[in-house]
Amino acid sequence: MLWGALLYGVVNSVSLALVALGFNLTFGISGIANFSYGAMYVLAGYGTWMLLQRVGLPLGIAIPLMVIGTSLLGALLYKVVLVRIRGMVISEVIATFGIGLAILEFFRYLGFIGFQYTLPVFAEGSVQIGNLFLDLQRVSILVLGGGLTTFLWFFTRYTRTGRAFRGIAQDEYTALCLGIDSDRIATLAMSFGGGLCALAAVVILPIGTISVDAGYDVLLEALAVCIVGGLGSALGMVIASFVLGMAQSITSMYLGSHWMMIVNLLAILLILGIKPSGLLGKQKELEERI
Amino acid sequence: MGQRHGRKERLDRGIKARSEDIFALSSWRELLYLLCPRVVPLLVLFCLALGLPVYWKKVLVTSAIFGILAMSWDFLVCAGLVSLGQALFFGVGAYLAGTLHHAWGWPWWFTIPVASLLGGGICTILLAPVLRLRGIYFSMVTLVLPLMLVRIIEATKVLGGTEGLSGIQGFPNLGVELVLSLGAFLAALFGYRRILGTDYGLVLQGIRDNDRSVISSGINAHWFRAQALFLAGCLGALAGAFMTHAYMFVGMPVFALDYSILPITAAVVGGMGSIAGPALGAFLLVPLSEALRALGALRIVFYGVFLVIFIVGLPEGLFHYLRRKYHQFERWTAVES
Repeated sequence: MLWGALLYGVVNSVSLALVALGFNLTFGISGIANFSYGAMYVLAGYGTWMLLQRVGLPLGIAIPLMVIGTSLLGALLYKVVLVRIRGMVISEVIATFGIGLAILEFFRYLGFIGFQYTLPVFAEGSVQIGNLFLDLQRVSILVLGGGLTTFLWFFTRYTRTGRAFRGIAQDEYTALCLGIDSDRIATLAMSFGGGLCALAAVVILPIGTISVDAGYDVLLEALAVCIVGGLGSALGMVIASFVLGMAQSITSMYLGSHWMMIVNLLAILLILGIKPSGLLGKQKELEERI
Repeated sequence: MGQRHGRKERLDRGIKARSEDIFALSSWRELLYLLCPRVVPLLVLFCLALGLPVYWKKVLVTSAIFGILAMSWDFLVCAGLVSLGQALFFGVGAYLAGTLHHAWGWPWWFTIPVASLLGGGICTILLAPVLRLRGIYFSMVTLVLPLMLVRIIEATKVLGGTEGLSGIQGFPNLGVELVLSLGAFLAALFGYRRILGTDYGLVLQGIRDNDRSVISSGINAHWFRAQALFLAGCLGALAGAFMTHAYMFVGMPVFALDYSILPITAAVVGGMGSIAGPALGAFLLVPLSEALRALGALRIVFYGVFLVIFIVGLPEGLFHYLRRKYHQFERWTAVES
């Protein structure tokens, strides 16, 4: 019982991290607000479903197509909308949130609600760990989550582009002086975020059904992980998703699922009240309070 | 059409420059110049309140209440506190009014003022521990608090749980509702603008612009922020309490994200930091979303698209744009090359 809760807690934590990855890259590391993140997640889910069911493509082609499509959407979003309101954080948040709202509610209008909207799993079967069984889809969540987090960690430290991402978040003017084209990097950050978000969607969604409301929840979860972990910290993100994921699993086991979201929100409140820049956030530590 | 060479030059109108400095109003023309922006909207509101059909009168009431909520949001912004959860104030006020009526049967003219004052106080106490946070961190706390309160009500089933409290006393008739809501709206509009014009308001805006320099001039910035929070909280709670009695119901939706988003969108459409902007925005957005109601589920899609177009097309907001057009004239001047 306890082991089961722990194992599923780990899976839960890794999927939280996976969901937060793209958001962390655009908002946490590059400082570009993309509040249509949840909508992109749902869009990738429904898009893959349509490619599979309506067009009849195999899964191996539909997924890369959708990942590329969502990345392009992210870049387009920056080129058309965000570039005009750059620097006004509230306007950025509202504009992207408006786009997300439009996308999500459009799917609701088209009638994408119901149990038939599920994505196929990558492979049937399960593996045995001790006396517990874990299906292969959850195993692939673990693998992809671990792989992408490692990739992100190396990417933001050891590649020119990754360091440029961090550069424009830390000080945009200085970054400009060093020859970093902030518009180009921001476009890249948005498209990377979109692609990562689509990847998370096609791995996590087969476990349940795709729903419009998931869009709002995903945004909130990603935000929670980023804030608790600290903006700009990849390691913080991992720790935060484990803290939140485990706490969620344990509360839903002992207190009921009603309390699950409360734990999430309480964690955000506590972190913000005590150490607003997050568990490991160093970037804005001096600016957090007066 | 070839490209025009030169640049646009903006000049203050002569009357504007005089009236700002010395208030030497010597002619009807100058009096009208100052009075027009204040009196014309009043007259328009008055005519609308008399002339509209019943359904749109209801919409007018809703617009006024959301206008109050949006102004309370903007007042906080003027003190440097950007809230992403105005639903907190709205919901606390709504539940207070509902509970006061439900438990003791107090009439509406008593619960609304009590709920406003008490609501402002409760919100100030709730947010007091995080008043030191700046910028986005404060915003996140306000975003999370109403979401959490609604989950707590859901999980513990207090205050009527998911059912809410129904059967709350309504207003005697639409006329009373209209007069009260518009009266409160105008009082809030001119009151807030007056406060911001005084020395007290200057301190608040100073905290927004540079909190450290305000502190170093020996002013207790936290105390001023708490006061601003109370002033904004009272009117936010007033909006909630009023809506409770207008709908004769209070339930979990009062903490919904809608009530947090609408004030912000109203402020962005109307123009932030001017109090009048968000009020104008609310009077545009609420009727717009009512007019789109015929489209059914597509309504929110159009709403979202409209919002994006507005933000990208006119980032400064409608009010600032109109004010500039009113006070200044523009002309093309040649540029030496």
